[in-house]
This record gives sequence, structure tokens and C-alpha cells, in this order.
Amino acid sequence: MNKYTISGSPHVHSTENTRKIMYRVLLALVPALLVAIYYFGWYALRLTLITMATCMLTEWLIQKFLIKGPLTINDGSAALTGLLLAFNVPANLPIWMAIVGSIVAIGIGKMAFGGLGKNPFNPALVGRVFMLVSFPTAMTTWPQAAPIFDKGFFADAVTGPTPLGILKEAGVGSLAEAGNLQFLDMVLGNRGGAFGEVCAIALLLGAIYLICRKVIEIVTPLSILLTVFVFTGICYLIDPTQYIAPWYHLVYGGLILGAFFMATDMVTSPMTIRGKLLFGFGIGVITVVIRLWGAYPEGVSFAILIMNAFTPLINKAFKPKVFGVVKPSKN
Amino acid sequence: MNPIKTFKKGGVHPEENKLSADKPIQDFPMPKQIIVPLGQCLGAPAECIVNKGDRVLTGQLIGTAKGFVSANVHSPATGTVAKVDVVMDHTGYYKPAVFIDREEQDEWADGILVTDELLTDIKLDSKQIIDKVKECGIVGMGGATFPTHIKMMVPEGKKAEYVIINAAECEPYLTCDYRLLLEKTQEFLMGVKIVMKGVGTEKGIIGIETNKMKAIELLDKTINEHKDLYAGIEVQPLKTKYPQGGEKQIIKAITGREVPSGKLPIETGCVVVNVASTYAIYEAVQKNKPLIERIVTVTGKSVKNPGNFRVRFGTPADLLIEAAGGLPEDITDVINGGPMMGKSVSVTNFPCMKGTSGILLMTLKEAQDRRQTNCIRCGRCAIACPMGLQPFLLHKVAKQNDFDETEKNHIMDCIECGSCEFTCPANIPLLDYIRYGKAKTGAIIRARNQK
Repeated sequence: MNKYTISGSPHVHSTENTRKIMYRVLLALVPALLVAIYYFGWYALRLTLITMATCMLTEWLIQKFLIKGPLTINDGSAALTGLLLAFNVPANLPIWMAIVGSIVAIGIGKMAFGGLGKNPFNPALVGRVFMLVSFPTAMTTWPQAAPIFDKGFFADAVTGPTPLGILKEAGVGSLAEAGNLQFLDMVLGNRGGAFGEVCAIALLLGAIYLICRKVIEIVTPLSILLTVFVFTGICYLIDPTQYIAPWYHLVYGGLILGAFFMATDMVTSPMTIRGKLLFGFGIGVITVVIRLWGAYPEGVSFAILIMNAFTPLINKAFKPKVFGVVKPSKN
Repeated sequence: MNPIKTFKKGGVHPEENKLSADKPIQDFPMPKQIIVPLGQCLGAPAECIVNKGDRVLTGQLIGTAKGFVSANVHSPATGTVAKVDVVMDHTGYYKPAVFIDREEQDEWADGILVTDELLTDIKLDSKQIIDKVKECGIVGMGGATFPTHIKMMVPEGKKAEYVIINAAECEPYLTCDYRLLLEKTQEFLMGVKIVMKGVGTEKGIIGIETNKMKAIELLDKTINEHKDLYAGIEVQPLKTKYPQGGEKQIIKAITGREVPSGKLPIETGCVVVNVASTYAIYEAVQKNKPLIERIVTVTGKSVKNPGNFRVRFGTPADLLIEAAGGLPEDITDVINGGPMMGKSVSVTNFPCMKGTSGILLMTLKEAQDRRQTNCIRCGRCAIACPMGLQPFLLHKVAKQNDFDETEKNHIMDCIECGSCEFTCPANIPLLDYIRYGKAKTGAIIRARNQK
């Protein structure tokens, strides 16, 4: 008799799902990956494949043997963590270090909290920071970008400092000598650094795609970039001999990658617009403070992780305005 | 045409699928026996006043309203009462109903004017209009079935500034109101005038979504051609966005006012009436005809002939499905109403009632609940919520049976539009849990207020 499904309304659903969101982010990172392969050759590709595979395998093993829950290996989120982790390290990082980092990223950064959606910190950044403090030398030995057509696909890269490293060690004056004030080269990615972060153009291309497909909102990245620009701009105006122009700060280091692809991680960032603005502002300020006066040349990862910790508080403080309620109740 | 308005907060845009929009209304023949449920409105069911063996006339009162929130029920046909028993209605529960063995010819009860002529002279005054609406058992025919006369009684100290006619029909698939607007334009507009007179205001605004341009143009044209007759009535196009036809949303869209949390729409000076109810009010007041029939949309993606039927209450839904080309093989869900807020039924022979706006047949592909995954805290549910709530949070605390938290987070403001669940990428049954939390929280609040 009971032939038909009884279920509560609504009976139709949008075609959106978590998997589509994750795969769109992966797709958006493809241009940056291609540029990375162009500049860093086989090393970049190898590292990416290794971290992605390790991340997915770690998640699968934990789900299969520890949690014994449903397997979500194909939802794309572990693959994304792997890709982002790879983007954040030097291309010539020893393989075993990348594997350890990946295991930490998924195992401690994500699965220890219960898997997708439960983690308070961005897993890729957890992995990255773990590697940075565990293997400081390897993690700060940066290969210089060199087009594969000049040197070949498998060629070993020449290592050298990143622009932010030069800035920290030697000051503004040395940047020009190292050719790091060529703004076009900086934007195209022809510089030293983690291989996913170098090409601002490719990253922005992916970011525009994500914004158009409504995967990410522009609020957080805009808030970060604006904060960094204004903060470093003020320093630049005060003393141009000691501080570099703000537009270099935008393209140097991992700011674009962090702002558009890691600070926008839905799981670990606030939900409301006002919350996102504050979150972005916090990341911007902490990044600049670390870059200008901290021990490390680059601070985006730390800044995002620190603000991740504030996300639950921000979510509590900035709730959406309830329809028909004049004063939000104080609880 | 007035500039398009909309509500700002939240909302989604499901596929419209108005498959039956161009199908004219057909009179649907009644079967030999009709089964008229006595509980056809929100609130208490009517009390039966006929016995087995009684002969009833079309339009004769067979059930009287019991209690404040309740509505009269009239016989939709002429015939003999076979029995007073129970029948399984669309809710899946057995409810009291009157079974009537029909005679071929309609014999109308005394005082009912049977004419197709447009009657433009409103003889009744405000109070008489509301009494007539009550007497004729008119309820909100958009699906909520709240007795209309209660809405029209403006409480002391309040003033109705606007009558808003809810012609948004924002539910996908449904076209019954749209067809009524096209085919009974003048009668509908007279109905608006009657409601305006009933609640004592000079301003009537018809809110329609822009996916019904033909109706907007026709109404504009008709109002312009009869400027004196329809003075004070305006057509307001609204953006096609769900839930544009939510009572609070349509008030916000048209007047910019927000119904305060926990209060009634009259706080904003608005009385909102549905299209079908407005037409029923015209028939009640001008022709003394009680509410015994309505337009029902029978539709679905694999239905052969989706259509709009004028159906007397008590007609089983499966006959309508037959008329629309029969039940397709691949149907897994049968919905009473639209896909966003309608209720799924377990059998197809439930009787059509005052609130049956549509019968929607859905295929597995369309209606299947997909596998639920973890919440990724994307916040899309909160963005989609037209009431500014946080569905992910309400879902969580309702699941934990934490009814202090549900109340604090305004669960009682939820209008159950389903936008959150529609938009959720993790396919979490948000509204199921929110509905549960709402029921529990509501009971706690009522118990507390009684002390």
C-alpha cells in the first residue's frame, strides 16, 4: 500500500554538493599548478602528486581502520588539502618530509577532530607550519624560478632567497640588486618561493572563477588584501627607505594564495559578512606584523591559523540579523 | 508597470517548472461518491450537523465551525449522506468525513445565486462582509488554510492600511492562482475590492512574481480600462525568488515593513489574502456561494497532460491524476501542494480539500534525498534563510534536544520555507530537525505561558 516516499518538505534540492565545491577549488588551482611546473619543472609536479596521494591515503586508512566510518575519499577535500600543502612548500623539499607533513595535515589537522567540517584549523596550514618548525632549513631553502624550456624538465633548481627573505635579512636596498623590484616578474611568478604562491596572475584567474561560481565570497580576501595594503602603505609613507611599497607586499610571499584559497576555507572561517571582514582584518594585521617585525620573513600561514582559532568566537559575536527583531537579544 | 520589488534577506531560486501555465482551467466531473473531510482548515475540524440518510443540497452547510480557529464546511454536491465516518486525508491520518452519494444534477441550496455574470455592486457593509466570509467557510487557499475571516477582523487599536493580495505563487510547478488571474480577472478584482471594503482600507496591492508577465499585463490593462471600478488597486511586480509569497516576505517586499517577531501581519497595517481566497470571497459575498470548489494543478515532469482543474471538494486525487494522463511508472513521491512546502502523501486517493493547491508527482531522480555528508560550515543555509536565522545551529541544538538554545536562537520565527535545506551542499535534512525543534519549543512556551 505504502508505495510512495514520505518525507518532509522541501522535496527538491539544489544540485550543489560538497564534492562539486571541492572539485571546483581544485580546478581553480590548476593554472597555478601549470605555472609552477613551468618554473619549477618535475620537482613541483612530483611534490604535488606525493602530497595529494599521501593525504588521500591517510584519510582512507584512518576512516577504514580507526574510525570505521563511511569513506569520503572521493569528496575531493583530502586531495585539496594535499594540493594546498604542496603549494606552500619549496619545490625541492625532500620527499619524506612532504609525506610526514601530509600525514600530519590530515591525521592531526583534520581526522583527529572528526574529519571534514569538524576541524578548527586549516589542515594544509597545520601541515605546513608543522614542517616549518620541524624542518626549518629544508622548508626555507627556496629554489629560484627557472622556465623549464631553458633548463629542462628534470633539472635541479638553483636555490636562493625569496623577496621577503631578502627584505628581512638585508633590507629594502638589496631587493633591487636581486631583481625583485621587477613588478611584472613578481606578478608572473618569476621569483623564488613556495611553488604554488609565485604566480599572482594564475591564482587570481582561479579566484575569479571561484567567485563567479559562488564557491568563495570576495569579502574575506578583499578584507585581507586591503588591510595589508593600508597597513604597509602607512609604513611606506612614514619611511620608504626601511619599508617597501605596499603593492609588493601584496604579491610577495603567499598572500594571494592564502587570502583567496586558504582563508576562504568554509570550515575554518566565519559565516557572516561582518565576521568575514573582521577575520580578514585580523589576518592582514598579523601578517604584516610578522613580516615587518617578526622572526619569520612570511606570516600568512600563522596569521590564518591564529584567526582560525578566533572563528568560533567571531561566529558567536556576529550573528545574522533576525527578521522582525529590532534589538538582537543578548545571549 | 511598477518597478520590480523584492525582499532582501535570503531566498533561493529553484527551477520554476510551471508546466501547466498554458493549460486552461477544466471543470472536473465529480464521481458517484464524494468524501468531504470535516477538518479542512488549520485549527479545529467542523462539527457534523447531518446524519446518515439525510438529503443535502449543493452548498448546504454540513459542518459548523467549532472554536475560534475553525471554518464551516458545506456540501459540494447534491445527494444523500451515505455515512459519517473517517477517511485518510493527505496527512496520512484518519479524519472524520461525510460520505455523500451524489445525484446527477446540482440542486443549489437556498439563497445561492448561480450566474456567470459579473456583479459589481457591493451591497454588504464591512461587518456583513466578514460575517459572510466566515459563514461561507473561506480559508487561506495557498496551503496554510487559516480561516480568512479571522485575518480580516482588524483588532481594536489597529488599522489596516493595505490589503495585499498574494499572487506571487512562488512555489515551483503550481499554476492554479495564475490561471485564475487570467480567466477570472474581473471577478478576482472585485474580490480585492470586497476585501478592501471588509477591512476598511482604500489601498489594495496585488503582488505577482515577474514570471507571470501575462497576468501582470492583463491585470494592469483591466484596471486601466475600469478606472472607477477598481480605484485603489495596484499591481506590484515582484522578483521571481522563493519564498516571495511568504506572508512576511511579501509584506517586506511591498511595503518595506517587517512583521515583528512573534506578532501578526496586522502590526504592519497589512492584511494578506491569497488569490484563490480572494476569488472565493467574491463568490461568497456577491453570490452567497460557499467555498465548495477550487482550482487544483496536477503536474509533474513525467505527467502526460499536466493541467488545472476546477474541483469540488471531496473528489479523490487519483481521479485527477487519471485525468492528467495517469500515474507515470517512475513516480516515487506524490506531493499535496508544491515541492518546497507541500506534504508528501502515502496514498493517491486522498480527497481534495480547501488547501489542495496542487498534486505534484515527482520522479525518483528529482525527489531522491541524496547521501548526507558532514556539515562543512559553509553558511549557505544562513545566507538563504529569509528570516535571518542560522539553520545549521538550529539543526544542531534541536538534534541535541536543547530547547533553551532553540528558543534563544529564534526557532519560532522559522517559516518552514525550506530554503536552507534546498541550498545545503551536504544534503542535511535541516528543516526536518528544525520542525521537530519548533514543535517541542512551541509546546514548552505554551506550557510556560499557561502557568
